[in-house]
Amino acid sequence: MKEEIFSSGRMNPMIDPTLHIWHWHIPVYLFLGGLAAGILFFAALYHILGKENEYKTAVKIAPFLVPFILVIGLGALFLDLSHKIYFWRLYTTIRFESPMSWGAWILMFITPLSIIWCAFHIRELMPKWDWKFKLVIRLEEFLRSYKTLLAWFMLVAAVILGVYTGILFSAFNARPLWNTSILGPLFLASGLSAGAAVIFLMSRSHKEKLLFAKIDLIVIGIELFLIVHLFMGLLASTQVQIDAAMLFLGGPYTASFWIFVVILGMLIPAILEILELRGAKIPALIPAFLVLLGSLMFRFIFTYAGQFSSWTY
Amino acid sequence: MRYAMAIDTKKCVGCSDCVVACQTENNVPIGYCRDWIVEITEGVYPELRLENRSERCNHCESSPCVRCCPTGASHYSEGGVVLITPEKCIGCGACITSCPYDARYPHPDGYVDKCTFCLHRVKDGLKPACVSVCPTKCMYFGDLDVPNSEISKVLKIRKHKILIPEAGTKPQLYFLI
Repeated sequence: MKEEIFSSGRMNPMIDPTLHIWHWHIPVYLFLGGLAAGILFFAALYHILGKENEYKTAVKIAPFLVPFILVIGLGALFLDLSHKIYFWRLYTTIRFESPMSWGAWILMFITPLSIIWCAFHIRELMPKWDWKFKLVIRLEEFLRSYKTLLAWFMLVAAVILGVYTGILFSAFNARPLWNTSILGPLFLASGLSAGAAVIFLMSRSHKEKLLFAKIDLIVIGIELFLIVHLFMGLLASTQVQIDAAMLFLGGPYTASFWIFVVILGMLIPAILEILELRGAKIPALIPAFLVLLGSLMFRFIFTYAGQFSSWTY
Repeated sequence: MRYAMAIDTKKCVGCSDCVVACQTENNVPIGYCRDWIVEITEGVYPELRLENRSERCNHCESSPCVRCCPTGASHYSEGGVVLITPEKCIGCGACITSCPYDARYPHPDGYVDKCTFCLHRVKDGLKPACVSVCPTKCMYFGDLDVPNSEISKVLKIRKHKILIPEAGTKPQLYFLI
């Protein structure tokens, strides 16, 4: 048997023996970004379709969570930076080749947009709300006249944000597990599923609940389809990508991925939603919580496993 | 101008002098390194084959680290040398993750650090610290665009390889085999 001993004098902290430069911040940030993208996507979509009053939670109520979600997400991203006082450098450069730059700019665009969207609907939550200053009232009236246009912008920006959370990973050819463009749609689907779950949880209208159970079910179906394709693609690729796929097919991440992401995060909520659609009374909290947990675990597992996968030479 | 380095794996004894010279020249923080030695032993005893390599940043012509950097801190400098501007680096870690050779590390001061081909020495007409101290003279450094440079000549006559060519980064660190 041919043997090979590889020894290296390198022992840089956080790089060796396996890369571990990204900790909890990145998966939390990607989860919150995806969730915000999901909520805003449905808010914009149902406004454009003219169903604001039918699906009130989706269009008017759930978006109030988004500014908070984005701020917490950006806070996590900020904590991840090791040269924090220079964070503003992100906004003195536009680099089209860098997904990180895309992410910073799309967040700069979508965060104010989500706040404006909340301002349109603040009276839904606080009927006696008064803007007090004439300028603000005028500004709100002015922006309101362009609400549908803003909704279109928000729809597109939400898709970019959702896809970006996956593209951030897939742009790295150094990490074979991540280096597949299917992560873009997969992370978008995961974000949409999380967004639908939050709306499903918050809604008080039976009709809206059923709609979002249906949407979530369809998106979970798409996610499962994309996961199958992810592994098909990796297994049909080069040796390093086959090794990356094996992390989930017998390797160290097998149990956590299939139990938390696929079974608890997709299959069980899907079954519960089917039961709900058939008329059974399922507490909304259970499927919604499981979907959100699955979505968060998906990002954690992918962040850690991706750093574990590498080229060997 | 295209700076490159070649390491003769037949001459390298793996003494780590290059590592220490680099740490001293560049004030590399204790516990970190910008270059390192890799030893690979293959075969079944007593028929063994040994390869020693002094490795560092490959100063790739198509660098994923430069591509991924959101602020332009990672950039190409003279002769295609990949450098980092600490005052532009936010420490996001994208470049570290993007490097197939894992050549970068987070400096304790927050920014990302790696080999610079000792550009400050090269500009003064000196060789990089690692090259200048090598006791077996197994390292060659120079400009590939000059046909008569030491490195151009050695790459013309010696069989050589690059690491992970399939990563598509066009590395500029050559190993004579």
